[in-house]
Amino acid sequence: MPEHESTPDDTRADLEEEQADAREPDEDGAASGMSRRSFIKGVGGTAVATAAMSGATETDAAEASDGPDGVRVANITLSINGEAHAVSRVEPRTTLLDVLRNRLEYTGAKPVCERASCGACSVLLDGKPVYACSILAMDAEGHEIVTVEGLLDGDSLHPVQEAFVEEDALMCGFCTPGFVVSVAALVAENDDPTLDEVKKALSGNLCRCGTYTRVFAAAQTAARRVREGT
Amino acid sequence: MAVIPWKPAGEMTHITKNTTRVDAVPKVTGKAEFSYDVLPKDALIGLFVTSPYPNCTAVTVDTAAAEALPGVKAVWTDEGKVCRMAGEFVAAVAAETRDIARDAVRRVRVEWERYPFVVKAEDARQPNSAQVHGATRPNVNRAADDEAGDVDAAFESAAAVVDGTYSTQVQTHTSLESHGMTCRWDDAGENLRVWASTQGVFSVRGELAGALEMPESSVVVTTDYMGGGFGSKFGAGVEGIVCARLARDAGRAVKLLLTREQEQTNSGNRPSSVQHIRAAADAEGRVTAFDMEAHGTGGYSQGAGFPAPYIYGVFGDPPSIPNRRIVRDDVYINAGNARAMRAPGHPQASFGMEATMDELAYALDIDPVDLRVLNDPNETRQAQYRDAAKRIGWSRRNAEPGADAGPVKTGFGIGAARWGGGGGGTRATVEIHSDGSAVVKCGTQDLGTGTRTVVAAVAAEQLGLAVEDITPLIGDTRFPPSGGSGGSTTCASVAPAIKVTADAALATLFGRVAPALDAQADNLEAVDRTIRRIDDPSKSLAWADACALLGAEPISETEQHDGSLSSRGTAGVCSVELTVDEETGDVRIQKVVSVQEAGLVIDKLTLESQLIGAVIQGISYALHEDRVMDRLLGHQVNANMEFYKISGAMDIPEIEPVVWMAEESLSRGVIGIGEPPVIPVAAAIGNAVRNATGARVAGLPITPRRVLEALEREGRAQG
Ligand code: FES
Ligand code: FES
Repeated sequence: MPEHESTPDDTRADLEEEQADAREPDEDGAASGMSRRSFIKGVGGTAVATAAMSGATETDAAEASDGPDGVRVANITLSINGEAHAVSRVEPRTTLLDVLRNRLEYTGAKPVCERASCGACSVLLDGKPVYACSILAMDAEGHEIVTVEGLLDGDSLHPVQEAFVEEDALMCGFCTPGFVVSVAALVAENDDPTLDEVKKALSGNLCRCGTYTRVFAAAQTAARRVREGT
Repeated sequence: MAVIPWKPAGEMTHITKNTTRVDAVPKVTGKAEFSYDVLPKDALIGLFVTSPYPNCTAVTVDTAAAEALPGVKAVWTDEGKVCRMAGEFVAAVAAETRDIARDAVRRVRVEWERYPFVVKAEDARQPNSAQVHGATRPNVNRAADDEAGDVDAAFESAAAVVDGTYSTQVQTHTSLESHGMTCRWDDAGENLRVWASTQGVFSVRGELAGALEMPESSVVVTTDYMGGGFGSKFGAGVEGIVCARLARDAGRAVKLLLTREQEQTNSGNRPSSVQHIRAAADAEGRVTAFDMEAHGTGGYSQGAGFPAPYIYGVFGDPPSIPNRRIVRDDVYINAGNARAMRAPGHPQASFGMEATMDELAYALDIDPVDLRVLNDPNETRQAQYRDAAKRIGWSRRNAEPGADAGPVKTGFGIGAARWGGGGGGTRATVEIHSDGSAVVKCGTQDLGTGTRTVVAAVAAEQLGLAVEDITPLIGDTRFPPSGGSGGSTTCASVAPAIKVTADAALATLFGRVAPALDAQADNLEAVDRTIRRIDDPSKSLAWADACALLGAEPISETEQHDGSLSSRGTAGVCSVELTVDEETGDVRIQKVVSVQEAGLVIDKLTLESQLIGAVIQGISYALHEDRVMDRLLGHQVNANMEFYKISGAMDIPEIEPVVWMAEESLSRGVIGIGEPPVIPVAAAIGNAVRNATGARVAGLPITPRRVLEALEREGRAQG
């Protein structure tokens, strides 16, 4: 016999509790989610930092005000690709990725899993690759953020971007900005990586089209260019 | 004008060679604007409310509390919706920000009527199972029941009989860009502007116009860049129609893309299969009988069909396996429906059949490559088996499985693919302007396969220009129509259409500039950015100077595909070397060779990328992917990307893509190959595991646990 239920909010909440380990957490919980994949990556050499960053934000408390639903919102300033961007009325739960894509016009970083398992949203934060989907915008204040757009030097491609083009290290291209950022971080740190080191550095990025072998080739080509200064 | 055949491959400048992907730079710099990146001014963000129960009706849907939230601008509801899976769309909201939209989703109150449910095919087949469709439709439906020849007699007189049950899992497309679109109503609601993530701009336009009861000419759909579809992205979908409705109601643009969880549960999958196969062969190895009882699930209302017997029994009249019996059921469960996925049905069919072939080879002590050559009348594939075997180092293969010393065993496997493909139904426009620019317009779309590059390369070849001289414009319904990108038909549809059109535009150009060269138009040719006389190449005009003669009257020609320039039916073979650690069950792929016929190859570089990508998806299917359903709650446990595991960098072996460049193949015209190279990968891996260990892992994915279980069954467990 079918049973009737009339308080969906409550039953939904109950159900979600029952399934706490079976289903993904509410999307709002994404910022605190740390996957096994990202943990593994987190202990590696060129780790993508996924845990929420510690330390006080530089948000000026005086600017905070009430937002929708009584949430406290704040005006923040982010440094992106060397430029300061003022972003007004940011909620505490708003991610860096959301601000980059929807409040500013940096759409290079892509939303895919939005919980730190695919790397499509990778950006550099003080030179280290991080998942922008899993960092709160407020926590990114006071740090130097570089997106894939910021790797360009005027009109000239970054050596990593050049190598991706030459090796055809992309297909649909949706994962590509994330891979480019990860490889850029790798070659900045290690200009002569072994194939295994390349694979480790890219283990936090997923590609569904299957470009990996060509990305590996591009990483090694780019590293050689950086090494030889060509 | 009569259609001119393709030039011989040896005379080509761009075609058959490597052409750098023309849109690589925007893709590596983040400048490529994907549908997910389009955000018109003042656009709202749409989000769905989904069913929390796997079998239920949304009796009432109350959005009052959601609408009361500041920033919520429109809602959509589907009251009375019967949901046969958890995650079905029953309402949607459009709000100023995604955060507000999420808050609004939580405020939608739905009264549910719940029904018993079943989410595993083996449970749904039980006589006392919960019924997916209540009393209206049974869970189990006979989809095939065929018999030919005398199967029982063939088994009795056979030299070898093998018997096995092979199973394949449900695989989700897991496109990185989720389904959805941005819609904006222009001209006071007269016209609809859409940016969709789709494999078919025209099919999206048609579906939207139909659902919204408006003329197709009032809808414009654009897909500049799209982040993967693999067969799942042809229509507008519920998400598209709802997006357009929300935008109309709000009087604002709306962007609605599925969340990752929704993408994994609601946007299609490759159905599962369980195949109990018996096969018989004569002493030489010729397969004489095939007897299969199979079932599979394609979700709550889709089929789970696949072609069988695969490859080695589909040819000739009478067919090369004369005695065959096939019984197959579709099983419904309360889970997401199947959609076409890269070579629908074929990888499943391949996994069962190639395993069967190898078991026959072991039973008869015949080399698996020889057995395939014997049973496959396709001459291209006969040569490809040998080539793929040689490239993988087949001579190092132990005929005796598990013969290596020590716990880490090496194995080799092989499998084959066939595919139809073919082309048609595409028009294109080529414009030549007085400033020398050459613009090509075609309403196809690039899924990442390299279609934009193909358009430019073909036009450059025919016009005697460099690839960068061409401006290829695709992905928009304002351009001449082309079909959806599915069935590996895009390249074979588009390349010929571009060629015919470019030839027509060039003929017109020749006519216009012939007087300046004091020649007849048919005495001119276009080579190396030059128009010159065939009888006297010293009489020439640079391309730019020739175009300058066009003055205020540019050339614009629109023509269409011609069947003489494309072909259908293609052959491919995949070989694998891997190691299996018998102590841990860990399978490490060492190398994969993918040999693929593609007819006339347009861009070898992006074609090889397709082969590599197909191999990687095949590895992922073979070793990692599996949609896991929770029996008690009826939800997909792993509707995300950390527990629905696709291959990552650490899983990738050496991959050798081999484009079959035999003259007989190149002269066949263009054949698309997006799908076939994915087909045999899992089967070849399964056979290589069997060769390495002597144990048959008969179910996908081949996990360490399954390897250890198979070893235990063989009495070969270590430690
Ligand atoms: S979108 Fe951030 S890691 Fe996947
Ligand atoms: S290129 Fe398509 S997902 Fe990586």
